[in-house]
Formats: sequence, structure tokens, C-alpha cells
Amino acid sequence: MNSEAAVDLVGRGNREGAALFRDWFDELNTTATSGGQAAYVFVMGSINEILKSFDLPVVFPEINSLQTAVRRVAHEYLEEAEDYGYSPDICGYVKADVATQLRGGEHPMGQIPPPTLSVLTNACNTYIKWAEIWERMYDCPTFTLDVPGTRQSGRQTWRGDSDFEADRKYVEVQLRELITVCEAVTGRKFDIDKFREVLTHANTMSRSWNRILELNQSKPALFSALTDGTIFLGVANGFRGTEAGARYFERLVEEMEYKAANGIGTTIEEEYRLLFVGVPCYPIFRRFNELFTDWGGTFVNSTYLWFASGGTNRGFEYDLKDPIASLAEGVLVSVRDAMDAMFHQDVVLADMVDDFGADGVIYHPIKSCRTVSTGLADGRRYLTKERDIPTLFIESDMMDRRVVSEAQMKNRIDAFFEGLASRRQMAGTKG
Amino acid sequence: MTTMTTRVFPEWRDKSLDDSLLECRDLVESAEFETVARWREGGGLVAGHFQVYFPEEIVEAAGMLAFKMRGAPLEPDQADSHFGSYLCSILKTSLELSLSGTAELDVFFSHPICDAARNLAAIWGRNFDYPSQIVYLPQNPNSSGSVEYLRHEYDRVRRVVEEVSGREITDDDLRRSIEVFNENRRLLRELYDIKSETPWLITAEDAYALVALAGMMPRREHNELLATLLPQIRERTAKKEDRIRLVFEGGFCEQPPFDLIRMLGRTSYVVDDDFLIGLRWITSDVPTEGDPLTNLAEAYIEQSSYSPVQHDLRKPKEKMLLERIRESGAEAAVLAAAKMCEPGLEEQVAYTHALDEAGISYFVSEFEENMSSFDQLEMQLETFVENLLFA
Repeated sequence: MNSEAAVDLVGRGNREGAALFRDWFDELNTTATSGGQAAYVFVMGSINEILKSFDLPVVFPEINSLQTAVRRVAHEYLEEAEDYGYSPDICGYVKADVATQLRGGEHPMGQIPPPTLSVLTNACNTYIKWAEIWERMYDCPTFTLDVPGTRQSGRQTWRGDSDFEADRKYVEVQLRELITVCEAVTGRKFDIDKFREVLTHANTMSRSWNRILELNQSKPALFSALTDGTIFLGVANGFRGTEAGARYFERLVEEMEYKAANGIGTTIEEEYRLLFVGVPCYPIFRRFNELFTDWGGTFVNSTYLWFASGGTNRGFEYDLKDPIASLAEGVLVSVRDAMDAMFHQDVVLADMVDDFGADGVIYHPIKSCRTVSTGLADGRRYLTKERDIPTLFIESDMMDRRVVSEAQMKNRIDAFFEGLASRRQMAGTKG
Repeated sequence: MTTMTTRVFPEWRDKSLDDSLLECRDLVESAEFETVARWREGGGLVAGHFQVYFPEEIVEAAGMLAFKMRGAPLEPDQADSHFGSYLCSILKTSLELSLSGTAELDVFFSHPICDAARNLAAIWGRNFDYPSQIVYLPQNPNSSGSVEYLRHEYDRVRRVVEEVSGREITDDDLRRSIEVFNENRRLLRELYDIKSETPWLITAEDAYALVALAGMMPRREHNELLATLLPQIRERTAKKEDRIRLVFEGGFCEQPPFDLIRMLGRTSYVVDDDFLIGLRWITSDVPTEGDPLTNLAEAYIEQSSYSPVQHDLRKPKEKMLLERIRESGAEAAVLAAAKMCEPGLEEQVAYTHALDEAGISYFVSEFEENMSSFDQLEMQLETFVENLLFA
């Protein structure tokens, strides 16, 4: 590879991801203005595999909502939903979406089409309550794909176990029912060949996502799990099952392999390798990241990259010979894994600490998301018993700037890094 | 070993109705849960199950006590450090009961009822050595596969309980247990008939106490209590008063303080509610013929009430609330939600819009199980009621 090509390669994933993201919202805008159909879905189990077989554009209201925060207008949307009756104490994503709907789809990135159909899993209970809002607003079909999770820590079951097979069968029955709903909504017959094609693209993406996360064990880390990772996540969700998504991730692997081979890290000098637990602070996203990078802190992995990809990190690949049954197994295993990354995050983190050579763990529970946040204080207690690693616990929100105190956050983060530095000095080693 | 004939609550026996009810209230108001300790003192095993619904029949079929964990009016001194901010109280106080040893368990079951509570099994698992499990009740009860799935899930619960109790649970054990619970359901329906038809015969707090006891004592013993007291309540001679008939909605998980229920009863007749709805989830007899686990699974899906934490396309919550109001002959509703309870707070919006459309008056409020001052709330509620009475 010549030096010009190499320069083009480094950072390509971010550039292409941003472009794809704009394309996606342009498509949604076109759909909205032309009155086309759209499926509302969520990041933990979007079931794009089926929806893309019907060529349904997908809307991720979670992503729409976080975009209002990143673009610093979330408070306007939150206040509008609160005026409508929603409590300040419920999920900010829900409220930003309610306001988007009340505004007829008006959004900073374009016009969002209303739902023709909504598909949700039970990975987050708020998904269920959220879809009930659309049911009431639009009287549109709502499909809850119920995916049973881990029953007890460390007791996951697998293929061949009767408990696993009962769960898998339940998921498969529901997927077949979803196909029937999609046929009714779109007026199109389910095309198994097209479905296989979609699964092939999804397999490429899963394999690549798994590899990308693994590659970030490199020192220095190849990408920031907090900032770059969020771009990758957007593509992983919006373009799952598409050729464009598969191609993007193949190229992203190529970039990361190159960076790993050449010792190219992120844009900062890596001093400390950090793990992130929770959901990012989107109202001050850039600044939030800088509070860590200013000290040389790089996020090398996060539970967010696991659960917000719906468990794609597992790299599960569908068997095209028996595609629906295999999709059921893949959804069960992957969505369950996403839930484990939230509820049993202590187990996940203990492994991450070892595999990624982490220097510290940042817990960021947020007001908006009890799914992710409720168990973090207890999980932190557990992790500090299991591993000799410094941790920081900072609370704020992913949407609501009223509960984000940057100054207080900075004080605590600075103190944390001072502790890390002192710890390193005492150990007499670096890196 | 404690047997099903062990009595954990003898205090109410051989007393006048008023004194019996006083004993019931005292027991329910206490954060000590003495019945659990007494059961254990007799060598009995306890299965704690967090709100809302749990198939208690399976636990009692193994001779264990099914203890409904509904929080408590206490300070979560030990549990606090296990949680962050922005969470409802019941999570913390339920953990406190276990950490403090007030309610010692042999197995813990929880359900993914909400984003917060679905973390509990993992938290319990990190802090206690006994099994801590999630029971995945179907969130797609409209699927043709949901009954078969739930039947298997209940069989899994049966295996866990067998392991903990060291006792096989046969189908006949389950049928006998279902019969006991059918009788309990019949008695609880009768209690609610009294509340609805002749609310002046029983105070809101007494009715609440009688229901709550079901979650902390063997159901056969609870049946004896209700079978004895309900006829006496029916025979009371209290006179009807000019009060507003209210439905209380919002008590499906965290419970309002006992004094808040007492205050509600002072200002109105609470003719129906969703207090501890999980204990009354199944609305009619579960068949005892055939496969008992299939029968329980079908009953959960086909013969059941509603709550903000179960999604069923056939049961939009606001429609169900309107039915509850109509069937109980209520004139207004109290739409409450526990602080930081997302399902409850979200449902309030749908409820208020539906009641606005139906022209039914309502009072919106939030509560916390630990709150102790109701002066302002009582004044607001009195004003609301007076507005209705003298409109």
C-alpha cells in the first residue's frame, strides 16, 4: 500500500460512516415526504433481517432521539413531551420521540416518517411502553418479539438443551408471525431468496463487528469505543442486512487491520486504557469525551458497543440452509447477550479488563435508562472485589442537560486520573 | 420441617371482627414480616418473589412459603450503596429486607416487569448464595406460541423449586395447590365484591390488609382467615355514607404507605383498585383437570387482569381502566404512580387522556412507600372530592 492510499485508509470508517448516516436520513426524509412505509425498530433486536427482506425503511427512534441531544436541541423536545404529560423522570429518548411525533416528524436531521409498523423486543421494557404510544397515536400494527434472556448468572443454555430449544422455538414461532404481519402491511409475499441474501450481508457485518472489537485489544487502541464506536454503531444498526452495511464493515476491518499492523492509534497519545460502562453523555458528547482524552484516556471497549449493537459482537452467523430457524437462534443468542451486557455486566467486564489490558473502568449510569443503570453500583462493588482495578462512578444523563453537571463531572474525572497517575507512579511502571 | 398445617398468624383467631382486623393491619403495617420468620423457625423454606405476578402454586406445591416481595416502609441503610440515583424505593427496600436478614430466603425469583426490576436477579445473585432467577413471563401473549413457551418456563421453575426444596413436585401436588389457590381467588373476589357493592362495610385499609396478607402466609391459612372474617364483615350494620366512589390505579408494584390508603378511605369509598394485582392476577378458577402447568400458563394469558407491566394487544390499559371504573360503579379515579416508576408514570398519560375523553374526573398523584406526611395530599384530595360532591 502506498503512503497516499494509507492516508486515505486511516479515518475512512468515520468518513464513510458519516456519509452513510446522512444517506440513511435522506432516505427517511424522502420516505416521509413521499408518504412511503417505514418500520420503527430498536437497536437491541431490530430484526432488520426480516424487514429488509421486505425493503422496509427502518427508523430507530433511539438514534433520532440521541441525535437531538448531540445537536443540542434535546431540551426543546423534552419540554414539549413534558408539557404533553410525560414525567421528567421517564426515559428521555421516549420523550424526544413523542415530541418528534407531535411535531409531525420534524427532526434536526430531516423529516421522520410515521410508523407503518413497529417491531420491538423485550430487551428493554421501555421499548414496549414506547410502542404502546405509537399504537395510540397511529393505530399501527405493533409486534413485540419476546426474547427470553439469561435466567441466572452463568447459567446460559445452548443448542441441544431443552430449555434453550423451548426458547428458540418460541422465538421462531414469533418470527414466522412477524413475516405474516409484514406480508399484510406491505402487500408483498415473503421472498426466501431475498431473505438469504439479507442474512448473508448480516453475517458479514456480524463477523466484521466481532473482529473490529477484538482488534481494539491492540496497543495503542485503534479507535475510541466512545466516539468512533458510536459512528460504527449507527451503521451497524441502520444498515444491518444491507449490501452497503456489509461493504462498510469489510472496509472497516481492512482499516483496523492496517492500523493494528502499523501501530496507529487514535488521535491522542494513549496514556490510560479505559472501559466504559453505560450510555454516553450525549448532551455534552464531545466535551464528555475530552474530559478523558485530555488526560490521555482512551476508551478501548464498552458494554455499549455490545448491547447497543443488539449482541452483534457475538459474531453469530446464520445458517442459510435453514434460515428462519437459524435467525431464531441468532436473535435468541445475540439479544440475550445484549441483555447480559447490561444485567450481568460484571461478568463481561471482568473478562474485558483482562483482554483489553484496561487501567480503569468508568461507570456512567444515567437517569433516563434504568435498564442499563440499575445494576451498575452493585456490579461495580463486585468488580472491585474480583479485579484490582480503579473505577469511577459518575451519574448524569444521555438526553437531559438539566441533570448534567459538567463542572462536577470534571472534578471527579480529574481526581480519578490523578489517582491513576499516582497508582502508576507507585507501581513504578508505565503502560 | 414446617408443614402446610403450621400457623404463622394465629393472633386473629378467637377475637371479635374489629380486633381480628386490628391484628391484620398491625401485621401488614409492620416491616418485620414476622410470618416469614415464624415459617423459618418451624424449619420451612421460603421462596421470595418480586412483584408483580408469580405462579405461587408451584412453590406451595413443594411445601415452601411463597413470599411476595413488595418492599417495606423502612430505610434501606445497607441496600442504598448497591444502587444509584433515580430509582424507585421498592427495589432498595426489598433488597434491604434480605441484606438485613429480616426476610431470609432460600430462592429468589424476579420478572422483567420493568427496566429497573429486571436487574434484581443479577443483584441478588451477586450478594446471596442461593439461586436467584428471572422468570420470563411472556411479553408477547398474543403469539400462538406463548402458552407452550410459558408451560415450559413453569416446568423450569418447578425444577428449580424441586432442587431447592429437595422434594419432587408431582402433577397431583400441583393440582392440590391449584385447588387451594382457586379457593383463595374466590375469597378475594368476594372481598372485592364487598368493596364494590357495600364499601361502607369495610374500610380501604382493612381490605388492603386482608389482601396483602396473602403474600406473606401459606394460602391455605389465608383462606381460613378470609373464610372466617368475610361473613362477619357482610353482617356488619354500618350505614352507607355520602362519599365519592373511587378507583385507585397505580398500586401494581410499589405499595403506597398504609396511612395513605387509610387517608383515601377517610375521604372516599375505594370501590376497586390494582393494589397487589399480582395476587389477584388470575380472575377465575384454574382448571384442575389435565396438565396443571398448561392450565396455569393458559390462565396467565387468558384469564387474567391487566397492569402497566404486561403488554397484551387485547388489553389496552386505558380501556381496561375504563372497564374497571364502569364495572365498579366508580365516579372518579385516583391515578397514582410510585416515584421513579416508569411504567406507572408512562401509563398516567394514557389514562388521563382516556378519562378526559370519557369525561371522568381523576386525581393524579405520586407516592413513595416511605413517605410519612400526607397533610398536603389529603387536603388536595379532599378538595378534589368536595368538588365532585358539590359540583
